Amino acid sequence: MSTETFDPQLLDYANRPPRLPSPPNEENDRLDIPLDQRIRMYELQQELRQFEKRAYDLFMQNLVKGTSHLSLGMEAVATGFAMAMRPDDYTFATYRGHAHTLARGVPMGPVMAELLGRRSGLLGGKGGSMHLTSVEHGMMGSYAIIGAHLCIANGAAWSAQMRGSDQVTVAFFGDGTTNIGAFHEAVNFAAVWNLPIVFVCENNLYMEYTPIDLVTPVKNPAADRASAYGLERIVVDGNDADEVYVTAKRLIEQARSGGGPSMVEAVTYRHGGHSRADPGKYRPKEEVEAWLQRDPLTIYHQRLLRLGVPEIDLTNIAQDVARRVDEATEFAKSSPPPSPESLMTDVWADGGSSWRR
Amino acid sequence: MAEMSYRDAVAYGIAQEMRRDPRLVMLGEDIAAAGGVFKTTVGLLEQFGPDRIRDTPIAEQAILGAAMGAAMTGIPVIAEIMFSDFIAVCFDILANQMAKTRYMTGGQVTVPVVIRTHNGGGSRFGAQHSQSVENWCMMIPGLKVVAPSTPRDVVGLLAASVRDPDPVVFLEHKSLLATKGEVPEGEIVDELGVAKVVREGTDCTIAALALMVPRALQAAERLAEEGISAEVIDVRTLVPLDTQTILDSVAKTSRLFTVEENPRLCGWGAEVASIVSHEAFWDLDGPVVRITTPHIPLPAAETLEDMAIPSVDRIYKEIVEAMD
Repeated sequence: MSTETFDPQLLDYANRPPRLPSPPNEENDRLDIPLDQRIRMYELQQELRQFEKRAYDLFMQNLVKGTSHLSLGMEAVATGFAMAMRPDDYTFATYRGHAHTLARGVPMGPVMAELLGRRSGLLGGKGGSMHLTSVEHGMMGSYAIIGAHLCIANGAAWSAQMRGSDQVTVAFFGDGTTNIGAFHEAVNFAAVWNLPIVFVCENNLYMEYTPIDLVTPVKNPAADRASAYGLERIVVDGNDADEVYVTAKRLIEQARSGGGPSMVEAVTYRHGGHSRADPGKYRPKEEVEAWLQRDPLTIYHQRLLRLGVPEIDLTNIAQDVARRVDEATEFAKSSPPPSPESLMTDVWADGGSSWRR
Repeated sequence: MAEMSYRDAVAYGIAQEMRRDPRLVMLGEDIAAAGGVFKTTVGLLEQFGPDRIRDTPIAEQAILGAAMGAAMTGIPVIAEIMFSDFIAVCFDILANQMAKTRYMTGGQVTVPVVIRTHNGGGSRFGAQHSQSVENWCMMIPGLKVVAPSTPRDVVGLLAASVRDPDPVVFLEHKSLLATKGEVPEGEIVDELGVAKVVREGTDCTIAALALMVPRALQAAERLAEEGISAEVIDVRTLVPLDTQTILDSVAKTSRLFTVEENPRLCGWGAEVASIVSHEAFWDLDGPVVRITTPHIPLPAAETLEDMAIPSVDRIYKEIVEAMD
């Protein structure tokens, strides 16, 4: 593009035609999911939502340093998959990993303390927001370099295959990841080794600050690449936890029974910017407004009302979650900073950091 | 005691460890059916079967990623990267993921992976298949780096690397593959972080690694004819680095030379020189001298490549000059 013919409006993303969501699918009310499980899924989405809203507030108070990438608006994906997983299954997430960590049952307190860089943090303050990990919960890590973790997730799936443990690995990634080499290496490798893994693209329509459709030659960045690796093309409504859940259940079962890998693209939208530093002003106002209306929690709330759950029950759940988020915040704030000694521990498996003798 | 080539010692050492630990697996490009492009894994597929010795696509990130993920979940892995130059295409997995995940997770994760790779020059392969990349690996906190110089050490150090719970980069030198040496019968297991004095001397210390060790030994022979008694140390592992053996030797000889195949800047010898000048300054009778490949990409033509990599002649001359 020469400078003479360059039209700056082409890069004025906020004035592009908005990409509007389709209306919520009320047919999904009839999916075969027990009501008590649905109530738990509502509660989990409340946990993810309220936790991250609090995390955002704590940034604003400068109690959380560095950066953080929130999943506000994307809670249905983490919820639908976590509910379909066995406790010993493996999760691999990206730097946008708070929701996936909590959804696997990791307590809020240590996660919040990690964001605050405290001694009682999930990683003792040494990993931070982008590296949340809890091996005992099957949360095998949050990885902050795009694509790499898909290759690593294959290894966990290969290990499960060798051990005959029937464990399934679920690896989450964003739409932007589909354009890096490691993504293609990983999906190809999983396919030729028939690994028990589900690749889950959380397509929130933006790779960081740039619309994904401007940097990708196909409409659905993950699903439209699936056939290149012999995989089924699957797109789901990433804002409908029930639709995510039934798809997750099918694909996890396929992997567990030796049917090999799969890839699903969950179309969703983040309510905020890419990270703490980003107000997200590159998105058309009308588009943001439409997706905010199509909030996964609103969709789920309305579904439960249609299914006869009293409003007061849902209010009580939200209030109980709010209380637990307060407790987690207090837990984190009251924790001291990491011990100075911890600076030099755990480079090596012997616990130390010595490189010479 | 059996005489064995460095090349055969690789497969021999892997087999020793695979028999010991039935969980251990290996993956890499052309390692199974073909026995490796350098024939360093011949016979392993037949001995251990296709579930433990696996061919992969040409996909170095997928290879090291799979190794890491398996290792994190209870399966120790040997991964082969065909040429060490290719580490550049999977450096993210090596440098950002394997090396750091234990620290970042507060010690939750252990990564018992050995990355075997064919390193070094002398094969006239040009700048992208001849590099000595030990420094790429040495500079990353969380990686151990091993480079044997003899068939016996291939077996002993490979065993130590496999049994080590941390990620280890194991550099097999291409120009040593055809060399032969004695390998004792029975299990051989060395310790990482232990250098070897391979020739005793009193006038100067020569610290060398991999292909530079036999060259340093030959140079020491010629130095002896000139009346210079050189002590030669095979450094063997860069991380952990056995500084004690080097410091002890310098205390005796008062002079130190490093012989490094890597390009000059930030070579491992610079770290050794820094440590010795800081901690043994008053033992030294002269400056520490580094003998290295110049800071250039390696050329393909044999005459040029031979000029670039430290030769016996150059090692000898530089030491004589400095000791004069």
